[in-house]
Amino acid sequence: MIIDAQKLSYSQINTILKEHGGDVQIQNCLGHRFLASGLSEGYISIDGIPGNALGAYLNGACIEVNGNAQDAVGDTMNDGTIIVHGSIGDAAGYAMRGGEIFVRGSAGYRAGVHMKAYEDKLPVMVIGGCAGSFLGEYQAGGLIVVLGLTDENRKIVSNFPCTGMHGGKVFIRSGCDDIIFPRQVNHRAAQAQELEEIRPHIEKFCGLFGSDAEEIMDSSFTLITPDSKNPYKQMYVAN
Amino acid sequence: MGIDYLYPEFEVRRSSNCIDCKICIDQCSYGVHSFDEKSGMMKADDSKCVNCQRCVCFCPVHALKIVKSDNCMRDNANWSGDTVKEIYKQASSGGVLLSSMGNPKPAPVYWDKVLINASQVTNPPIDPLREPMETKVFLGKKPDKPRRDENGRLICDMPPQLELSMPVMFSAMSYGSISYNAHLSMARAARELGIYYNTGEGGLHEDFYSYGENTIVQVASGRFGVHSGYLNAGAAIEIKMGQGAKPGIGGHLPGAKINGDVSRTRMVPKGSDAISPAPHHDIYSIEDLRQLVMSLKEVTGYKKPVIVKVAAVHNIAAIAGGIARSGADIIAIDGFRGGTGAAPTRIRDNVGIPVELALAAVDRSLREEGIRDNVSVVVGGSIRSSADVVKAVALGADACYIATAALLAMGCHLCRSCQTGKCSWGIATQKKELVSRLDPDEGSRRLVNLMTAWRHEIKELMGGMGINSIEALRGNRLMLRGVGLNEKELQILGISHAGD
Repeated sequence: MIIDAQKLSYSQINTILKEHGGDVQIQNCLGHRFLASGLSEGYISIDGIPGNALGAYLNGACIEVNGNAQDAVGDTMNDGTIIVHGSIGDAAGYAMRGGEIFVRGSAGYRAGVHMKAYEDKLPVMVIGGCAGSFLGEYQAGGLIVVLGLTDENRKIVSNFPCTGMHGGKVFIRSGCDDIIFPRQVNHRAAQAQELEEIRPHIEKFCGLFGSDAEEIMDSSFTLITPDSKNPYKQMYVAN
Repeated sequence: MGIDYLYPEFEVRRSSNCIDCKICIDQCSYGVHSFDEKSGMMKADDSKCVNCQRCVCFCPVHALKIVKSDNCMRDNANWSGDTVKEIYKQASSGGVLLSSMGNPKPAPVYWDKVLINASQVTNPPIDPLREPMETKVFLGKKPDKPRRDENGRLICDMPPQLELSMPVMFSAMSYGSISYNAHLSMARAARELGIYYNTGEGGLHEDFYSYGENTIVQVASGRFGVHSGYLNAGAAIEIKMGQGAKPGIGGHLPGAKINGDVSRTRMVPKGSDAISPAPHHDIYSIEDLRQLVMSLKEVTGYKKPVIVKVAAVHNIAAIAGGIARSGADIIAIDGFRGGTGAAPTRIRDNVGIPVELALAAVDRSLREEGIRDNVSVVVGGSIRSSADVVKAVALGADACYIATAALLAMGCHLCRSCQTGKCSWGIATQKKELVSRLDPDEGSRRLVNLMTAWRHEIKELMGGMGINSIEALRGNRLMLRGVGLNEKELQILGISHAGD
């Protein structure tokens, strides 16, 4: 089914998506917000630029954007897949608990803030280019991978990554010598064995966007993990 | 010992009535009581007592009482004993002081300085025993004016409303901070009463989905347990931006309290801390707030009102004006005397403003801007009685949130030790043997009793004023007079002084 977004509001498009399920192609998308929010099934392909909060509370559907997306992609996502062939704006994957986000280009500020994991739910965000400041703040679980394949003139990750991190892992394809991490996290070169964890996601990324998985896996990565899962435990005294 | 020794705050007094039945040993979750085999005597370790009154209430021969210790430091009006002890605690630990429940300091309580009117001779009082009295309220956006279709028929597409049998709801307390049985008690009572309880940010236990019609589900910065099923399960969704007891800071449930069930409900790993950051990191403006409001509406099909809860702070009127334009249906304002499972002492006791002043300022400002009916206003942060409810409504509130009063109804004795997780009354604990002390049948019955009694009192107070519908009281400041308030306070509250 093809939806011409030009004369429809986001609510109208979402109503069609909910009723139709299955494969849908949205054309002429121009800033329509909240597309596919909470959707549990189906495949949605989007031509044009979807607006903020694409796939908010997504619950299992697959969204593929053939261009850029704006802020808050996959906000509080629970399950499903979001694929963006361009770059994305700020606050992507906020508090996401499950599912995958693959971005060919770069992410803005605050990607993966408060990502979490629970039982079999392990959210994954792979950013092909660079990530802005505050990447993975308060991360409580899940996997964030930044590859630095595009925007080569930019720092792969900007300022203040992983502040408040208390769970999960971040892999950055760089030695990260010029990046300042907070005291509460450990950062070191990832071992070959540790990299195996990201291999299936890298392979999927390369399958989607046509990069060479082996070449990426051969690079050196920095692994960032919290140094304690209870970072605030000692700060208080009962009164 | 030595420099850091703090003399126990309380003494356990045992009278000669004691029959050595040892019930106090079983009842005390803090390990105060013991039986000394050698001497054949009951003993008490005062240093462990938090004065929760559990042993006092359960002593079959009334042999126990807890008294304040008369050990004293030298009197000093500037350096009180508590202030000095806090310095010792911090000097020995280097920790931030953490307290439970609302501000215990003698902070100004404006409810107590506001008096309610009654009719005499003309416009006679109404007897609620004889005349019908309406305490029902609807919370949500109200249309500006009636709209008609081309045939002149009324268009009745009202925005979604919450219908309350009386203007009181149980405020947000998460599963995790309080027990399963405490939540079940509130859920059952809310259903029986035709009101609502609030999940707090701990998610909704699978057993409680059946109470969805009387449940407000909360979305806070940690987004714990938030998914489309949860959002659609409740009657309304509350975005928590702030809390009266700790404005401007986040929440932190220690890993020790996250057992299997709490972990499942919050959807976070067992034993790992659950941290709610101070801000929502995707909200930096009213436009960002609007985005969250609208995304919640979009995912729930525009069927549920969205509440935005904020702490009462200095610029509350301007903040409320923004929220009223954000697409939210209801604003909840939490005053600085509001309770908490745990908050840094300094924040709790020093940050925020009294809800009475915040409410009056918000109501006036929304009226002046002509957007009062864009939103309903709910206030909390130490509503202690039906009289507080009536005064709040007359100051402009559509309804009140109560939490501490609800906990008291379930047995809380305000010992302010929630953070220990050892609540002897089975409320602020996850320990199985303690949770079972709160019988949900008894808990819900006591909540229903309390609300039923308040409803009677609200009707009597309304009847006295000659008002037979609570909605006719809303914002009716002529029904209030201040006593002992200065000009500025009267001006902010928008009321006259008694005798004026």
